[in-house]
Amino acid sequence: LRHALQLQIGPASFRLGSHWRGPIKAISRLYAGYPAPDQPCDFTVRLEADTMWRRWLRPSVAIGGDYMLPGAAPMALVHGLLAAEMGMNLQMALGQKHFLLLHASSVERDGRALVITGESGAGKSTLAALLGEKGWRLLGDEFALLHPESGQLHPFPRAISLKNGAITVLERIAPANRFGPVLDGTPKGRIRHLRPNPAAVAAMRETASPALILFPRFGAELASAIRPVGGAEAFVRLTQASTNYGNLGLRGFEALTKLVTTVPARAIDYADTNGALELVDELWGSL
Amino acid sequence: MAAPRYIADPPHLVRKVRLDGLTALFHIPSGMTHILAPPAPQILQVLGKGPATAATILSRISKGYALEKQKDAKAALDARLAELEAAGLVSRL
Repeated sequence: LRHALQLQIGPASFRLGSHWRGPIKAISRLYAGYPAPDQPCDFTVRLEADTMWRRWLRPSVAIGGDYMLPGAAPMALVHGLLAAEMGMNLQMALGQKHFLLLHASSVERDGRALVITGESGAGKSTLAALLGEKGWRLLGDEFALLHPESGQLHPFPRAISLKNGAITVLERIAPANRFGPVLDGTPKGRIRHLRPNPAAVAAMRETASPALILFPRFGAELASAIRPVGGAEAFVRLTQASTNYGNLGLRGFEALTKLVTTVPARAIDYADTNGALELVDELWGSL
Repeated sequence: MAAPRYIADPPHLVRKVRLDGLTALFHIPSGMTHILAPPAPQILQVLGKGPATAATILSRISKGYALEKQKDAKAALDARLAELEAAGLVSRL
């Protein structure tokens, strides 16, 4: 492929290639300051036209790579950046075997990590992005990487995928030069990516010990509340939140049961982001 | 007709972790994870020591878990054995 870029993000390295210059240029800008891999890349993502004429005529991007989803619909070239992000997610979700992958965001303070997981729309990305601007170190947005044997969380500080209302919230507090372009009309509405702050990128090799698992629930009508989550419930919810629990076999079981028996879990209800941040402060202070 | 004898995998082929009142069980031969409520873990524990009929299982479990208070303990045990059999954790000899 004519246009290419290599990126090291935490323990994983990616080679991205494209028929078009645009997506690679956008990724290069979004990930400015990230190191290049010093070893051959773990994963390859290809953004290519699904048919020859689609390179020029109403160009559309098909996501390819080491691991692919058959039948995935191609995306408009204007969403090439999103396709590259989805391509990296796909390689991790299907190909990563060194870590237990949890669909969760995570942040760190004093070497201890807060893991935030839940349904789509629960506020995982927004909370992690806000905390990342308020003194915490962002470990990751899309995936928390739990090392099965050590129990440590490895940072994977990809760009944070902000959606709809969360974009304006973060635009008020994060510098403009860390944002990617506004992507309108995606399947999830408006999306804008935010590069983690330089401290989070610089510390992408520094692991953290999980200290609290949080299951947030957002609803404009919800009263602010905290509920303890037992080990069995946390275990079941985290197996559902993992993309590779089944593939890891006994390693995954032992890693996850160790996590839920040694780290407390709480569910929170919140109606606005300030309320959620107060609950996080309260919970963190009581650990 | 003789009562069926049940058997479960020996302890080294399963991993069990207590989570609250439940038990998370990883079955190594199948790679499957199961969440079990009492008395399923106790049934497996008895069968881990060797094959047994439902009556023997009931007798062994009753010693430790006071199941004799349960009015229809045998029917309940048969239902749990059927569930464990369907899950692939118990089979008949």
